[in-house]
Amino acid sequence: MSFRIASSPHHHSLAQTPALMRTVALAALPGIAAQLYFFGYAVLIQIVLAMLTAWASEAAMLKLRGKPVLVRLKDHSALVTGLLLAIAIPAVAPWWIVVLGTAFAIVVVKQLYGGLGHNLFNPAMAAYVLLLISYPQQMTSWLPPTQLQHHAVTGADPICLVFSGYSCQGFSVAQIKADVDGKTMATALDTLRNDLTAGKTVTESLQQPVFDSYAGLGWSWINLGFLLGGLFLLQRRVIQWRIPVALLGSLTLLSLLAWLADSDRFASPLFHLFSGGTMLAAFFIATDPVSASTTTKGRLIYGALIGALVFVIRSFGGYPDGWAFAVMLANLSVPLIDAYTKPRAYGHRPGI
Amino acid sequence: MPSLFQQIKSGQLWDFHGGIHPPARKKLTSQVAIGQISLPERLYIPLRQHIGVAGKLLVKAGDTVLKGQALTAADNAMAIPVHAPTSGKVLSIEAYPSAHPSALPEPTLVLEPDGLEQWRPRHALDYLHTERPHLLARIQQAGIAGMGGAGFPTHIKSGASTGVDYLIINAVECEPYITADDVLMQHEASTIVRGIDILCKLLNPKAVLIGIEDDKPLAITAMQQACAGKADYLVRVVPAKYPSGGEKQLIKLLTSKEVPNGRRPLDIGIVMQNVGTVFAIAQAVEEDIPLISRIVTVVGQTLQHSQNIRALIGTPVGALLDACGFAPEPQQRVIMGGPMMGFTLPTLQIPLVKTTNCIIAPTRHELPAAGPEMDCIRCGACAEVCPAVLLPQQLVWYAKAKDYDQLKAHNLADCIECGACAYVCPSEIPLVQYYRVAKAEIRELAREELKAEQAKARFEARKERLERDKQQRAERNQALAAQRQSMLAEQQKQQILAAQQRQEQQPQETLSKEQIIAERERKKAEARAYQAAKAEQAEGSPAATAETPAADPRAAAVAAAIARAKAKKQADAVAHEPTPADSAPAEAAPATTAAQPDAETDPRKAAVAAAIARAKAKKQAETASPEPTPAESAPVAPAAQPESDTDPRKAAVAAAIARAKAKKLAEQAAATDTSAPDQTNPDQTAPVESAPEVAVPEATPDTTAPDPAAAKKAAIAAAIARAKAKQQSKPTEPEQPS
Repeated sequence: MSFRIASSPHHHSLAQTPALMRTVALAALPGIAAQLYFFGYAVLIQIVLAMLTAWASEAAMLKLRGKPVLVRLKDHSALVTGLLLAIAIPAVAPWWIVVLGTAFAIVVVKQLYGGLGHNLFNPAMAAYVLLLISYPQQMTSWLPPTQLQHHAVTGADPICLVFSGYSCQGFSVAQIKADVDGKTMATALDTLRNDLTAGKTVTESLQQPVFDSYAGLGWSWINLGFLLGGLFLLQRRVIQWRIPVALLGSLTLLSLLAWLADSDRFASPLFHLFSGGTMLAAFFIATDPVSASTTTKGRLIYGALIGALVFVIRSFGGYPDGWAFAVMLANLSVPLIDAYTKPRAYGHRPGI
Repeated sequence: MPSLFQQIKSGQLWDFHGGIHPPARKKLTSQVAIGQISLPERLYIPLRQHIGVAGKLLVKAGDTVLKGQALTAADNAMAIPVHAPTSGKVLSIEAYPSAHPSALPEPTLVLEPDGLEQWRPRHALDYLHTERPHLLARIQQAGIAGMGGAGFPTHIKSGASTGVDYLIINAVECEPYITADDVLMQHEASTIVRGIDILCKLLNPKAVLIGIEDDKPLAITAMQQACAGKADYLVRVVPAKYPSGGEKQLIKLLTSKEVPNGRRPLDIGIVMQNVGTVFAIAQAVEEDIPLISRIVTVVGQTLQHSQNIRALIGTPVGALLDACGFAPEPQQRVIMGGPMMGFTLPTLQIPLVKTTNCIIAPTRHELPAAGPEMDCIRCGACAEVCPAVLLPQQLVWYAKAKDYDQLKAHNLADCIECGACAYVCPSEIPLVQYYRVAKAEIRELAREELKAEQAKARFEARKERLERDKQQRAERNQALAAQRQSMLAEQQKQQILAAQQRQEQQPQETLSKEQIIAERERKKAEARAYQAAKAEQAEGSPAATAETPAADPRAAAVAAAIARAKAKKQADAVAHEPTPADSAPAEAAPATTAAQPDAETDPRKAAVAAAIARAKAKKQAETASPEPTPAESAPVAPAAQPESDTDPRKAAVAAAIARAKAKKLAEQAAATDTSAPDQTNPDQTAPVESAPEVAVPEATPDTTAPDPAAAKKAAIAAAIARAKAKQQSKPTEPEQPS
């Protein structure tokens, strides 16, 4: 009889990439639930659109590149990319924003670089940057939390908004964003930024209705949701602690120092930690292993670099939030970081 | 701060980077009694079962051997013998699939047991009263090689004479499934400790560290009891983690030391021995039992009962499995060694060898085969578990890109192929396989580089030599040319003188016979003088002759060719007139032609001369007045001709012609079965001697050879002679290549 020949090891841990990707998607659920609660179900439409686009463009590109389509699709990496982008963009952004972004992420950023494992940049973040620069208006169309909406977005409104740009009653996104006084309400970070530019202090700005006690209304809950998911990922060993810890650590440290130095001009560390996309970026985006540093020491540096860049962009830059830029800049430094943080192999200690 | 020794003494353990916790599955066999199997029909004993060289074979097919009898002899330090595991008859020594991942056939002795189990005489040693060299020799002669898997000759490791701080006994057995060392310790702890005693006498270490993983409670207890009262024998219980049984990892674990890259443990004062090896040492010294059997774990869900078996070396794997109720599934895998580092067997004929500690016959469900390889997502799980602190994710990238420089920079050579990275890889990339291939390619590349370097050195040496030869040739040619010119001038002067004399003598209408004889004698003398000069020249530059063999053989070949041509002509004459005596006048013709190269400007003239000569020869033959063959006239021609044949091109042409002719002759000879081969041989291997000497003996037998194909040959020879005459008649300016 014939015997099967195989190369050692003959045993495997059964941790597999598709399972890892599924876990990542699962871990995003608490954050998505919070988004759903505060901003309506439009986010679900975006997620469905993004996943369909991701799946279609991945399949098309695999086919064009002559790769086995079904086998590769099963790694679910495209779906995770679409999911993360859909969460990151405003819920009521027009449908073509998320379709364009996802297609760009998969086709250009991922597949043209050689597919899974070969992309230099985080696909979701590169697409986000493309959209933010090209369509700034649509990309800042975050609605105020439902509790603050003058013209409540209810019923089929999210669908109308996403696909036509107007609610079913005919209000535009801009009109819905306006408060009772007709003043546009933005996200907490936007508001703070505008107020600071206008000469107000942080404390004065925080009196506005878009803030709750310490961060943006609703946003703090969303961040808590993603934090929860992140801890789940850590517990399941899908991600390792170094990048999120270094990232949050450097962001906290820098914002704390700035806040202690001048609490009128700089927001508190808590505000930074629970505003915008902090937790999403720390646990779901910066930990994308493909575009992150791959050495243990390098991951600490990589995470800390992103945290520092976010603080700098938020505090001094032209954009209210800077995750996408920070992650992409850090992606660029990865080869350098990796080259200088090679671990000392066994028996290579100098002087022995 | 306590010293390292104090720390070790107090029981401190360290940790090494990485490691994994695969399901151990040791309970399947660890508490099952050690089994025995009946004698197999045949034992297959590979002549080499260790790292090193095979010993010298001592037996031959048909011999009857006793149990424990050496089958090979260790004739050098890296050789260790193999022994007959039982008494029986040597059937053959043949190539047989080896217990190696490649299963390539290797010389194997096939033994048919006779079932008598007859021992050879045995001589126990008391190690306390035995000299060190004798103990080491006993270990070597007992055929003991590292039984943990590597198979390094034990007597070399045990022969370290100085600076051993720690003797580490590796009883970790970290691979899943394997319990061979575990049960050995459970049952033979006291023998093992006596083996340690012997090693301590040989190595004299400060302390002995016995490393055992904490999932072997029975073995730990047994060893602790056996070591009671031995203050320096420290049983160290290490946490179960793969691969803590790796030599370097265990050293780090027990002593905090790292073996420096590219060095051996002995360099940092450590010697490590596998516990099975220690047992074998004790048996060899105390009972004179060579390494002819070992405990092997036979395990897997396709077996009815998994167990450890004490089996004879050379037992086919199939016999072991059958003894355990093997019920294979389709596409069954049979693994020799553990699931992490073992290798699959293509056939169950492969025998148990000294390093085999485990045979696994798993079901597909038990040890699922690796799924399809997916893309690396650089998750870094591999780097987290790598016990050598490498970056497997980078290594596989460079291995795929065949970037050997980066592979070296990332210390691929330090990879111990433990398989931890591939075990955790979520993309199921066969990382170890990539590293093995890359390592082999790097080795191959290094070999090729070495070869290329050697070839380059060879090429440069050759270029230099050719350059030197060329220079020497040029120098010699210059010298020869100068000599020749001076000689030519002399000749011309003499000729002018001779002409003047002739003119003076012309008025006297008839020359007296004496005068003619005198003239002939003078010419002969001239020729001899020239010949002597030529010989002197040849001897004058013996160094050149030796160093440039190319020039002289050519000259010789030319001379030989000429001689043959002439001989052919003579033969021609002989063919027309089969009287051997006729050769003399025939020779006169070429002699004249050669002696008067100046006068010969017309090939036709040469032909005419030849014709006249032949006619004369005929006439003489008719008159039948046999003249003794003047041997002198023969050498004259070749002696004179080389003068005009110094042009290398001409020489080459002549040589080519000679060769062509030789071939033709050979062909004819083949057809007619004549003495032609005798001719061709000396042609091709013409020795480096002065031309005439070669030519004469050759020409002479040729003329007298009763050749049936002589007519044909003669025709060819005549054509060649004509061609040669033409060549001679060419303007003389290319004669001096300098």
